[in-house]
Amino acid sequence: MKVLVTAKRVVDYNVSIRVLSDNSGVDLNNVKMSVNPFDEIAIEEAVRLKEAGKVEEVIVLSIGTSASQEQIRTCLALGADRGILIETDVEVQPLAIAKCIKAIIDKEQPSLIITGKQAIDGDNSQTGQMVAALAGLAQATFASKIELNEDTATVTREIDGGLEVITVKLPAVVTTDLRLNEPRYASLPNIMKAKKKPVEVLTPEDLGVDVTPRVKTLKVTPPAERKAGIIVETVEALVDKLKNEAKVIS
Amino acid sequence: MNFEYSSQQVSIQQAIEKICASFDADYWLARDRDGVFPNEFVAAITAGGWLGIAMPEAYGGAGLGITETAIMAHTIARSGAGMTGASAVHLNLFGPNPIVVFGTEDQKQRFLPPLIQGQDRACFGVTEPDAGLNTTQLVTRAVRDGDHYVINGRKLWTTTAQTANKILLIVRTTALADCKKPTEGLSLFYTDLNRESIEVRGIEKMGRKAVDSNALFIDNLIVPIEDRIGEEGLGWKYLLHGLNPERILIAAEAVGLGQAALARASQYAKERVVFNRSIGKNQGIQHPLAVNWMELEAAQLMVQKAASLYDAGKPCGAEANSAKYLAAEAGLSACQRAVLTHGGMGYAKEYHVERYLREIMIPVIAPISQELIKSFIAEQVLGQDKSY
Repeated sequence: MKVLVTAKRVVDYNVSIRVLSDNSGVDLNNVKMSVNPFDEIAIEEAVRLKEAGKVEEVIVLSIGTSASQEQIRTCLALGADRGILIETDVEVQPLAIAKCIKAIIDKEQPSLIITGKQAIDGDNSQTGQMVAALAGLAQATFASKIELNEDTATVTREIDGGLEVITVKLPAVVTTDLRLNEPRYASLPNIMKAKKKPVEVLTPEDLGVDVTPRVKTLKVTPPAERKAGIIVETVEALVDKLKNEAKVIS
Repeated sequence: MNFEYSSQQVSIQQAIEKICASFDADYWLARDRDGVFPNEFVAAITAGGWLGIAMPEAYGGAGLGITETAIMAHTIARSGAGMTGASAVHLNLFGPNPIVVFGTEDQKQRFLPPLIQGQDRACFGVTEPDAGLNTTQLVTRAVRDGDHYVINGRKLWTTTAQTANKILLIVRTTALADCKKPTEGLSLFYTDLNRESIEVRGIEKMGRKAVDSNALFIDNLIVPIEDRIGEEGLGWKYLLHGLNPERILIAAEAVGLGQAALARASQYAKERVVFNRSIGKNQGIQHPLAVNWMELEAAQLMVQKAASLYDAGKPCGAEANSAKYLAAEAGLSACQRAVLTHGGMGYAKEYHVERYLREIMIPVIAPISQELIKSFIAEQVLGQDKSY
């Protein structure tokens, strides 16, 4: 069985984002970039399935500038077998990404596609669902547990107010939630091995995919700064303020 | 000329950052308080195969250069682990290099895999009470007796000798008086640290309490001839081989620690409000921090230059020494400024920067003084007469 996983290059989650002074986007100069943490969970899950003997090959796919090779190498060091980079300088949006992934599914015929439930840059949470729709595959989003059977997968989904267990027919698209697993660290021997693993570089044109953005970003602004709180002396004062100033209780 | 890390170097940096993230500032503060060796940290580094970063692949290492090793050392120090974290693994990274370069195949098979796997822990016996930078004046003696040597003498500042089971020792095999040159007559041994013949006494010191430094009293230590590295009498040459990498690594650690201090100072300057405004709004606070950043970046570039020259097999004495000098100055300045930026809180242990200031004194002093580096540059680069 083959598994396709994704690895988007995003600003590291530890970096505090700065909005550019012309409000055209966020400052990416000299900013640490990493694999989208939800994708990292996807890769970990695929590698664990491989270690459990249920999967033969893990392919990692990234779509973006040539710098995304870094993220592919990171995933190869975590245990993926080979990489595919769809190289483009265009700012790719969920639909374009989904079309690219669909093209790779057609080419590679994986039995399972695992992606992060969202990338921490755009926070769109659209790609996995779009891939399933475009490719006509079953989908199980926000997974916190995946069990692979012969030709189905049993997936536990995190939904509002609880957990839902569903069975989907393979091939299927699964998107990962935070509690699916805890990704490992890359060990040095695996980083060394990653160097020798193949990475295929394609372009959207090679795959016949039009990645032209459909959505235009008009303006990016930082959230308003929170005002400092106050310390009240008594419970009565607190209740009074909640009632009469904040008007959150009556 | 390319100043960017390769994707593999980025992977190394990020992997080390991830390991270090599990050992936060409070962990290192606690080790500074209780003086317990950071075993959990070393175990995590060992489990990731990192001790073998510079060791040959044939013996289980990764076969990478001093450039990557310096990235690793820098990342550890920068995480806030400082010199305590860096020194806990430092010697295993490049220290065994004389065995790699000058050891026999049998010695490499015997010594390297257990070091890389963390089963063996090595320490170094070089400095003596009466021989520091003037290494050729060493007096600890090894006398050949059949198929072994008998060693007697003293060593000082041997790091991690409390827990090490192996020791790399440089000693005289020919008395100084019988040598044509003081650099002759020294030999290198890598052998068991036999505590029946070696008394290890800890030295109480200013910082890095959790990683021990020791005085060693060696009394009739029997060392089999198979544990001699290379030829008898050529120890000085073998030792010289490791000096530049040592300086590069220490420099990388000093830059990392300076950056850790600067990060804390910058954060504090933004958050601390005095006279109704953050103190960082004052140029008197922000300008020195900006200078620290520039100095640290410049020192880091010299570290990388020295490392890349070394890895390319080119001479790098001037660069490695300059890197150590510049990194120590930049690191010291940043750590001092971090304490001052914190004001009174800088003096409190819970704000961590006072610990950094105590630790940064290590790369200022060792493995070579700033003064001797100036003499080296004046003589070797600028052609001045020897001043000492």
